[in-house]
Amino acid sequence: MINFSFIKFRKIPLAWLLLTRQPLRLIVAIAGISFAGILMFMQLGFRDGLFDTSVTIHKLLDADLVLISPRSKSSISMSGFPKRRLIQTLALEDVEKTAPVNLTYLLWRNPENLKTRSILTLGFNPSDSLLLDDGFSRKADKLKNPGRVLFDKLSRPEFGPIEDWFLSEKKVETEVAGIRVLVEGLVELGPSFGADGNLITSRETYLRLFPANPKGSIEIGLVKLRSGSNPILVSEILNKSLPNDVRVLTKDQFIEFEKNYWKNSTAIGFIFSLGALMGFVVGCVVVYQILYSDVTDHLPEYATLLAMGYRLKTLFFVVAREGFLLALFGYLPAYFSGQILYSIVRNSTKLPIVMDANKTILIFILILVMCMGSAGIAMRKLVDADPAEIF
Amino acid sequence: MPKAINKKDKNSKTVSINNLSHYYGIDENKKQVLNNVNFFIEKGELVLLKGPSGCGKTTLLTLIGALRTCQSGDLTVLNNQLNGASRKTRQKLRRNIGMIFQGHNLLRCLTAEQNVQMGADLITNLTYLQRREVARKWLSAVGLEDHHKKLPNGLSGGQKQRVAIARALSANPKLLLADEPTSALDSVTGREIVSLLRKLAKEQNCSVLMVTHDPRISDMADRILNMEDGKIFNALSELR
Repeated sequence: MINFSFIKFRKIPLAWLLLTRQPLRLIVAIAGISFAGILMFMQLGFRDGLFDTSVTIHKLLDADLVLISPRSKSSISMSGFPKRRLIQTLALEDVEKTAPVNLTYLLWRNPENLKTRSILTLGFNPSDSLLLDDGFSRKADKLKNPGRVLFDKLSRPEFGPIEDWFLSEKKVETEVAGIRVLVEGLVELGPSFGADGNLITSRETYLRLFPANPKGSIEIGLVKLRSGSNPILVSEILNKSLPNDVRVLTKDQFIEFEKNYWKNSTAIGFIFSLGALMGFVVGCVVVYQILYSDVTDHLPEYATLLAMGYRLKTLFFVVAREGFLLALFGYLPAYFSGQILYSIVRNSTKLPIVMDANKTILIFILILVMCMGSAGIAMRKLVDADPAEIF
Repeated sequence: MPKAINKKDKNSKTVSINNLSHYYGIDENKKQVLNNVNFFIEKGELVLLKGPSGCGKTTLLTLIGALRTCQSGDLTVLNNQLNGASRKTRQKLRRNIGMIFQGHNLLRCLTAEQNVQMGADLITNLTYLQRREVARKWLSAVGLEDHHKKLPNGLSGGQKQRVAIARALSANPKLLLADEPTSALDSVTGREIVSLLRKLAKEQNCSVLMVTHDPRISDMADRILNMEDGKIFNALSELR
C-alpha cells in the first residue's frame, strides 16, 4: 500500500534539479550554511566545554554529600565554614565517614623559567578518601611527609614540564606561595576555565603554604553515606538540623551549583550563547540570500507552472524541499569539520570539548530552522509570480 | 450574434464570451482594454486572433486562461463561469487548458522529457511510470523521441517550441491557448509547428485559440478573429 501510493505520488524531483542545475552556486550555498554550522558548533562547544571543565574536580570527588559555606559562589570564590559542622554530621547513622578539604588559589613557580602562576590547591588528610580514582590512595600516602604535593599532569604547560621531569626520575622541586615543595606524584584532573592547573596536598602542608587560613575553617566538607541511604533525604535532614552557616548539597547538586555559577553569574556563558546566536543569524542571511535569488531566478518558470494549473502550495513545497536539502547538505560538512576542530581545541587547550548527542541534534535542528525559515521568507516572493505576466 | 450563441446549447462551446469588458488602472488612470467583446469557440475549432499590438489580444487570452480576474460581462470556459469564480475554480480550470507561450518557457533544469512530464504529472490516477509513458508518447508525437534526455539549452528554437506543444497537450487539455508561438521561429519552422499543433489538436478534439501576427499561417485556421482597440470585428467570418 505504501509502495503503491509512493509510485502514485512520485513526481519529478524538481527541488533537487533546481538546486543542482548550477553546481557552483550550490557549492557556495553549502559552504555558507556549513560555515554557520561550524560557528555554532564551536560556540556551543566552548560553552559546554566551559561548563563541563568547571566541574572536572567536582565529578571526581569521592562523596555523596558536600558541605559548603552559604557564602561560596563557585570554586573560584569559596568561603570557609567551621570544620565542626562536618563532624556534627557524624551524629546521623547514615553518615559513614567525612573528609574536610581546603581549597584556594596559590602561586606556583614554574621550575624551568621561574615565572609564577596561580594554581588551584586542594588540601586534605592523606588518610581520607578524596578522589574516586583507584590508585589515588597509594599516591596520597606519600603526602604524609610535609612539603609534598601531587601535580595535575593535565595542567597547562605554562606551569612547567613537570610531567616530563617527574617521569625522567628527576627531582621536581619548586615553590608554592614562596615555600619549597617537592612533587611526589602526578594525578589526572584537567584544567578548567577557572583553574589553569591543579595541585593536591595534605592539610598540614596546605596550612604551611597558606597560613592565613582561619583555624578550623574548611572550604569543602565531603560526606560519605552508608550504602542504601538516600542522599537527597539525608541532605534535607542535615540542612534542617545544622546551623545556617553551612549548606548541604548532594554531589549532583554541587555539580549543578558550580555549573549554574558559570551559566548565570558570569559573562562567559552569555558570550558563547550570543556567539552561537550570531552563527545562526549569519547562516539565516546566507541561506535567505541563496533561496531568494533562486526563487527570483526561477520566477518565470514558477509562473509557467502556475499557468499550467499547479497550485501555489505545490510551489511552496518545492521551495521548502530546497530548504530541507540545503540544510542536510550544509549540516554534514559542518558536523565533520566540527569533529576535527573539536579535536584540535582538545589537544591545544586540554578542555573537554566533545561532540555529544545534544549538540549534534540541537545544531541540526538550528540549521533546519534556519533553512526552512529562510525558505518561508523567500516563498513570499512566489506570490509575485503572476502567471498573467508571462504572456 | 450574441443571440445566436445563446440559442445554441452552451455545452457545445468550449469558450463563450458575452459583453466582456476589461479595464486596467483605477479612477482617472482607468483605461478600457476590452470593450464589449462577444465571441465563441466551438469544440475542436482552431481560431486565430489577429490585431495590432496593444489592442487587448493578450489580455483576452489571459482572461480565457483563467489567469486574470474577470471584471464585467459573461465569460464561460469549459462550462465554468469565470466572472466571480474563486481562485480554486480558476486553478482547477487551468489544468484543462494547455498554454503555449511566445518564449517557450520550459524549465531550464529539466530535460525535454521531464518538461513534458510536468504537464503529464497533472493527470491524476496515473503512476509515475505511466505518466512518463504519456510524456514519451507526446514527445514522439512532436518528433523529438531522440532528444528526450536533452536540456532546453541543447535544443533549437523550433525543438523547444515542439517540447512546449507536447507539454501543453500532455495534460489532456480541452482548450489550447497559444500566444504568438511562431514569432521566434523562421517561416518554414513556424508553419511546420502550427500544422503539427493543428494536427495534434484535431486528433484530441481540442479547441485552439492562437494569437498571431504571422500572415503565413492564416490559411490553417478554421476561423479568424480581427481585433482592434479592444473590439472584435467580423467575429463569424468563415475562412473556408
